[in-house]
Amino acid sequence: MMTDEPMDDAATGPLNEGPAFPDMMNPGPVDPGAPLAPLPGHTSRGRLERILRAGEFAVTAELSPPDSADPMDVFDRASIFNGWVDAVNATDGSGANCHMSSVGVCSLLTRVGYVPVMQISCRDRNRIAIQGDVLGAAAMGVANILCLTGDGVQCGDHPEAKPVFDLDCMATLEIVSKMRDKCELDSGRKLDKAPELFLGAAANPFAPPYDFRPIRLAKKIAAGAQFVQTQYCYDIPMLEAYMSRVRDMGLHEKCFIMIGVGPLASARAAKWIRGNVPGVHIPDDVIKRLEGAEKQKTEGKKLCVDLIQQIREIEGVSGIHLMAYRQEESVAEIIAESGVLKGRAPHAVNPVIPEYMQQRFKVQA
Amino acid sequence: MRAVRLWSVRHSHGLMKLYDVFEGLIMAVEPVVRRVGYDRLEKPVSVVENGLKSAMFDCQMCGQCALSSTGMSCPMNCPKNLRNGPCGGVREDGHCEVKPDMPCVWVKAWEGSKDMVNGNIFDVQRPVDHRMKGTSSWLRLMRQKKEGTYPRPATTARADAGKGAS
Repeated sequence: MMTDEPMDDAATGPLNEGPAFPDMMNPGPVDPGAPLAPLPGHTSRGRLERILRAGEFAVTAELSPPDSADPMDVFDRASIFNGWVDAVNATDGSGANCHMSSVGVCSLLTRVGYVPVMQISCRDRNRIAIQGDVLGAAAMGVANILCLTGDGVQCGDHPEAKPVFDLDCMATLEIVSKMRDKCELDSGRKLDKAPELFLGAAANPFAPPYDFRPIRLAKKIAAGAQFVQTQYCYDIPMLEAYMSRVRDMGLHEKCFIMIGVGPLASARAAKWIRGNVPGVHIPDDVIKRLEGAEKQKTEGKKLCVDLIQQIREIEGVSGIHLMAYRQEESVAEIIAESGVLKGRAPHAVNPVIPEYMQQRFKVQA
Repeated sequence: MRAVRLWSVRHSHGLMKLYDVFEGLIMAVEPVVRRVGYDRLEKPVSVVENGLKSAMFDCQMCGQCALSSTGMSCPMNCPKNLRNGPCGGVREDGHCEVKPDMPCVWVKAWEGSKDMVNGNIFDVQRPVDHRMKGTSSWLRLMRQKKEGTYPRPATTARADAGKGAS
């Protein structure tokens, strides 16, 4: 138990009788990044698993990591979601573009109490690096990890890079769950402490081969996925068909399914995404609806709210994952408007950021 | 030779039957192989295996053949080397995200596996052991079946496990 009493004795007493740096040993009455008490049936000590297992409709959002070494760029981006979402995904070189690493972003977020979902893509690291990152992240208080295959290098800013793909997302899931459950690396070498993690995967119900997609989800669950976040959903009938197969296979009882949503800025943006972002399916009537609107951006948000309201009615859906790329400021509005939280207030933090981090770093000319 | 590779997928049913016969055959000659020595046969067998499988499947000689789990569509031709199913980037026309002119290896695998009787597309495949690249998977299979250490790569979980239970 932490107490409010300052450790005066230790600080002022003889050197050998107390910790040399009492503040390091006792960070204060509340440690915002401290893991929650373990619960039976839970594999992590984080908030996202608790929310989902409690049967709440969960909301997560995507944070796009900065092209910067300034920690304040991360904190600023996270603060937009503060109090509105249950967890924040830190992407790992999404679209094969280089940004701050997800391990770095998550380490910053946990130290002030945010709940990150660390994404791991198989494109840039081999099994040695991935397992090392898992241990490092868990040590930094990361409780949620999402295993992805990753976009091909050809669509990013370094198309000349070597694509690694040593593991696929399925193998990553298996290896990380083995680290957690058997306390060992893939090599069989024992760990001194296993990472306590809630494991996720991505799913795309909107890309061919459509009838294989539920089977792919089943494989991911068999490999260790406890939750999935899907690609953007703009096609409710297609999602319903997928979910009906998923329910027939009983997969929604083995895994929490969160559906990806996001506001489209304009019909032009929608067409560009459809043509250039792999795996995003946007039906023509969505584009027509945007084209017909006077203010396309407002209509895009409205469309997103409509989709969320339809998605939450589908049996077997446990939450939504909001990806509002370059429209992050609209996330709160969309969540409020859609009413998905039903009056529930997700965990908010009061980020206490060290002063030296608050000094914006400037490049000397 | 993509055309031949796609032909092989279309005929996955027949090829699987042929393979079953072939497997019986190689198991019959296993004692001979053992006497001659696996190591001594590694080079000539892998040359023959490479020639045949490259022509039919665009085989990349990963050394741990998964064709029976992938509808006779070699997963090593996927630019992401995915061995457990298609990524989320498959185009609406069923083509590859990375190589737009190539049909997705896994779209084909799924088609091929529908025609296969003993297909294992539900199995979760272990990651590739890169040490085996260039070696003969026939000899490995032969040896492991004989020594009772098959399957390697171990399939640790199945997606349809527990189906119908509870």
